[in-house]
Amino acid sequence: MAELQFREALNQAIDEEMGRDERVFIMGEEVAEYDGAYKVTEGLLDKYGFKRVIDTPISELGFAGIGVGAAMNGLRPIVEFMTFNFAVLAADQIINHASKVRYMLGGQASVPIVFRGPNASAGQLGATHSVAYDSMYAHFPGMAVIYPSEPDDAKGLLKSAIRSDDTVIFMESEQMYGMRGEVSEEEDYIIPIGKAKVKREGDDVTIVATGKMYHIAKQAAAQLEKDGVEAEIIDPRTIKPLDIEAIVKSVKKTNRCVVVDEAHPFGGVAAETGFLIQREAFDYLDAPVQRVTLPDVSAPFSKPLFDLWLPDAKQVIEAVNAVTYRN
Amino acid sequence: MANKKTEPVFTPIGSYNGENKKVEKSVNLPDPTDKTHKELGLSDDDLVKMYDQMYLQRRFEERAMQMYQKGKFGGFLHLYIGQEAVSTGTVFALNDDDDIITAYRDHGWGLVRGISAKEGMAELFGKATGCSKGKGGSMHFANVKEHFWGGYGIVGGHIPIGGGLAFANKYQENGRISACFFGDGAVDQGALHETLNMSQLWKLPCIYVVENNGYSMGTAATRHTVGEIYERANGYGMKSAMFNGMDVFTVYENMKRIADEVREESIPYFVEIRTYRYRGHSMSDPQKYRTKEELKEYQKTDPIERMKKYILDEKVLKKKEVEEIEQKVEDEVLEAIEFAEESPFPEPEELYEDMFTGTPHFHDKK
Repeated sequence: MAELQFREALNQAIDEEMGRDERVFIMGEEVAEYDGAYKVTEGLLDKYGFKRVIDTPISELGFAGIGVGAAMNGLRPIVEFMTFNFAVLAADQIINHASKVRYMLGGQASVPIVFRGPNASAGQLGATHSVAYDSMYAHFPGMAVIYPSEPDDAKGLLKSAIRSDDTVIFMESEQMYGMRGEVSEEEDYIIPIGKAKVKREGDDVTIVATGKMYHIAKQAAAQLEKDGVEAEIIDPRTIKPLDIEAIVKSVKKTNRCVVVDEAHPFGGVAAETGFLIQREAFDYLDAPVQRVTLPDVSAPFSKPLFDLWLPDAKQVIEAVNAVTYRN
Repeated sequence: MANKKTEPVFTPIGSYNGENKKVEKSVNLPDPTDKTHKELGLSDDDLVKMYDQMYLQRRFEERAMQMYQKGKFGGFLHLYIGQEAVSTGTVFALNDDDDIITAYRDHGWGLVRGISAKEGMAELFGKATGCSKGKGGSMHFANVKEHFWGGYGIVGGHIPIGGGLAFANKYQENGRISACFFGDGAVDQGALHETLNMSQLWKLPCIYVVENNGYSMGTAATRHTVGEIYERANGYGMKSAMFNGMDVFTVYENMKRIADEVREESIPYFVEIRTYRYRGHSMSDPQKYRTKEELKEYQKTDPIERMKKYILDEKVLKKKEVEEIEQKVEDEVLEAIEFAEESPFPEPEELYEDMFTGTPHFHDKK
């Protein structure tokens, strides 16, 4: 194992895949000469040149679509968005084209493309820079949605994403890029898409959380441990396909579940997971599934309001208290 | 504030002018080429194939319209009638492995790029034997193995994809170019401008072609966009051209020259081909936005009649031989209808086919 920053793990994954497959290239705003807005692509321009590390204008719709066309015509693009908040401008290409072309042409084309970049909030950035889009993309058929929480997951899953023959949405976080973690040094380290990981074992309650929220869940679990509550944390890592079997297996053991999701409440990952748990493990539940999400409110700027808005460990503990009737 | 429809505040007067009964054309056609087919390097045989193809596109759609009106299939049906010289002239000018992509008015493009009348008609009927296995319908004809990447239903949505096809060709240094067709309505989409900018920046070998058929759905070109469309290229320092699209020779001559230049220099090109859509935007269009007189004016320049006259005048074929071609096409289209009617619908299992190239995954599939 090697200790790497999240950004370094991503960089290794991209570098390794570009090294093994000439068809892989990366394009996006500031990916080349600037070395990446968050330094994920640092050094790649020097190594692979301007043909394969391509700075784009601020034209999300346009370059996402050029990526889709290039993918259809034999290449394997990695399209970096400075944040998925900006990818909204490219939604037509992702939702109407990348995810649908193969089906509507009766299987005559493939779109092996990775759209990646940071997702959700990153501090006081205001309403338009703070939205979690994972459940929105997961809504649409035809794409995998990955939102890892730790450098090791990030490396193994990004390599899988780049090798996928279909469209993959790969989400990161501005606030996690500097986070360090042990990363496998196994040669050609691959984590299959769609497999959850039990990141903490416990018998009292299941907490489901991915991406940045995994770290909130981890903080909560550490607090709860002091109070004698052992939480089991399941990190789905992949939002879609969702490894519901792993979640249900844990819930059948703990009989209680809290889902933490950095999205607004309506129709999010928490809502979907909660529904599936009640259907698949109804007889095992000792309490209704609880969720911790953003409120149905846009992101405020002001620090106290922002802190109130964003899910935190305290809210997770309160939800755990509710499902364990410890109030 | 304007309170009458005639006052030009957000309701500019377009080609419809009921008051003076004057025919105001939504798009003015420049003169066609005066070159003969021999001067253009086209053989008599090429001419016969071109006529056969244009006539097929016309009859295929006229019959498709009848079938639609009879309720044989549903969905949208956007007809290309009037514009056949554009698809035909282009495909004869490009190499067979150059990549073509277009919008939803795509039947003509599919037929000229190798989709049989049978596969096309079956697709309209939603049958398993259709070119896109009945998954796409009228708007999503495709024949990828012959480098026709399909028709797309979001106005302007496929323009960046056309650029992407060119990007991949340049990246792979395979000598192919791409040609991306869209209507005058798509000129107003931001996707076009983003794509033109990047295409010029990266010298993508793509011909972006506006098939200006006079109308963005029901809004005349003069009412939905400012200035001359082809001049938009100037803002990007991109080469451009504008020519007559009702004459297949003119389309062939210009597209061949442009394709050669795009291929040799690896550059993008912006082209406005002026043509005319005889039918409504789709089948549900009452066409109140234009006069019958305007339509008649354009029909005088019909690309198929023009070609037929040329073939007869130049004695490339005798009248009887032209009639034989027409009968052959007529039979082909009728056989296609029979084929479409008799073909099976996709099996229920097909619902889940063709979503993924790799391992399929469907959330909560029972």
